[in-house]
Amino acid sequence: MLREITLGQYYQTESVIHRLDPRVKLLGTILFFISLFCFKNPIGYAIARAFLAAVIILSHVPFTYMIKGMRGIVILMLITVLINLFVTQGDVVVSFWKLHITKQGIIMAAQLALRISMLIIGSSIMTLTTTPNHLTDGMEKGLRFLKAIKVPVHEIAMMMSIALRFIPILLEETDKIMKAQLARGADLESGNLFKRVKAMVPILVPLFISAFRRANELATAMEARCYHGGEGRTKMKPLKYASRDIVAYIIMLVYMGGSIFAGRLNIFRFM
Amino acid sequence: MSMIVDHINYIYARDTENPVYALKDICLTIPDGQFIGVIGHTGSGKSTLMQHLNGLLKASTGSIYFNGEDIYDKGYDLKKLRTRVGLVFQYPEHQLFAETVFADVCYGPKNLKLEKQEVELRAYDALRKVGFPEELFFTSPFDLSGGQKRRAAIAGVLAMRPEILILDEPTAGLDPKGRDEILDQIKKLQTKENMTIILVSHSMEDVAEYVDRIVVMNDGEVFLDNTPKEVFGHYKELEKIGLAAPQVTYIMNGLYERGIPVSTEATTISEAADEIMRVFNKSNN
Repeated sequence: MLREITLGQYYQTESVIHRLDPRVKLLGTILFFISLFCFKNPIGYAIARAFLAAVIILSHVPFTYMIKGMRGIVILMLITVLINLFVTQGDVVVSFWKLHITKQGIIMAAQLALRISMLIIGSSIMTLTTTPNHLTDGMEKGLRFLKAIKVPVHEIAMMMSIALRFIPILLEETDKIMKAQLARGADLESGNLFKRVKAMVPILVPLFISAFRRANELATAMEARCYHGGEGRTKMKPLKYASRDIVAYIIMLVYMGGSIFAGRLNIFRFM
Repeated sequence: MSMIVDHINYIYARDTENPVYALKDICLTIPDGQFIGVIGHTGSGKSTLMQHLNGLLKASTGSIYFNGEDIYDKGYDLKKLRTRVGLVFQYPEHQLFAETVFADVCYGPKNLKLEKQEVELRAYDALRKVGFPEELFFTSPFDLSGGQKRRAAIAGVLAMRPEILILDEPTAGLDPKGRDEILDQIKKLQTKENMTIILVSHSMEDVAEYVDRIVVMNDGEVFLDNTPKEVFGHYKELEKIGLAAPQVTYIMNGLYERGIPVSTEATTISEAADEIMRVFNKSNN
């Protein structure tokens, strides 16, 4: 079940987006998020959609693959949309029992659905086209300026890449422990909530112990190799901007300008 | 009362262009009271096969019959099967969780919804059978040595009183003394309790002394299935698939090839010593 979530997974293929510097993609994603809140009119949405579509096509990641990863978030999205649909005050269109659907509510819900789906797709493009290692490298280098205010950027990046590295290992471990307890007659599926939570103890305790054991072993292994933090540490493949990264920055600026401009247009405002 | 594995296949990534066969057309008959060694190197499918025997994995095709019933039948109680076919995983001590060893061993029988008295009786009995020292019954399992943890974990499965006991590399990471002690105790379960034992290992040396029959797995298939003597006779083929016969087999074959008329059938050191002495005394007379 856990294997089906594609959100946050890397999709291996060859594309311009894959080759972009991770710093470009990080900043691009953040800018894209901000841009989504710059406007409230159809022109803005059209620009954002066109931009997103262009990136998706360039990334060579199948669109269906991206959508598959979104399945888990559909429920969250539905709840947000429904709450907005029923709670927003305004001109009532339909009402039944104690619930009223207003014109403003419909617009609000539709806008939110659009925004959330674009947010999710936008961020998944970044993780789909960037390996976790690249991503943390990009973060480390892109956020270096924070060192000036004593933020341990290197350590945070290292923790992130270790955490990401351990996800598949811990999944496998969980699977193993679950099987072992099932072999001892564990019942994980029946009973009420309280009983089920209690049934998880024989799985969680060994899982935590093994996580601590692995962390300990890793720390020893790192120390044995004289790891002492980021000071003076060099990279095998240092990040360097190429001309395509400059082009990408320019496109992003143009896009950002476009959406801010669209936000200021008043003609199509319908709220 | 036996288990029959009938032409099972287990396929990963079945719907894709290149499916991977983890198990290929496996057929086995496991009669009561036998001590079977399953040998194969890493990735040969031995652990996968073991997880089929207690229904943790379901074969892609084929069937498994336990006491004449198809375990893949609708309505077959897999939970009950798992208590009758006990599976001890590799490094079982990683699954210990309770505050005391005794409480941990009680977990299995407790899941069978037995009376408290019966649960404790079984736990006590199981710990005794694996030779766990009584003064450590109520200590935390995390304070024990590796060998003692291993015993406690094996007792955890034994306490459910299975008819078939499967052990996946029960001696991995133990020193020779700990290994021999655990294997001796397992052998006793077979001889005294008439339990069927399946011992998974990658070392011929380990199992040669104890088992009645060896199943050699290679690449998801049964490569050889016979008595230890017969299997070790194929030691040259075993080498080709990355396994080795016990050192005794090499010595006896080496002696034979150099013209000393020993029988090459010895599988344990003591048998080999007797055989060499026999030939030696004969030639002296």
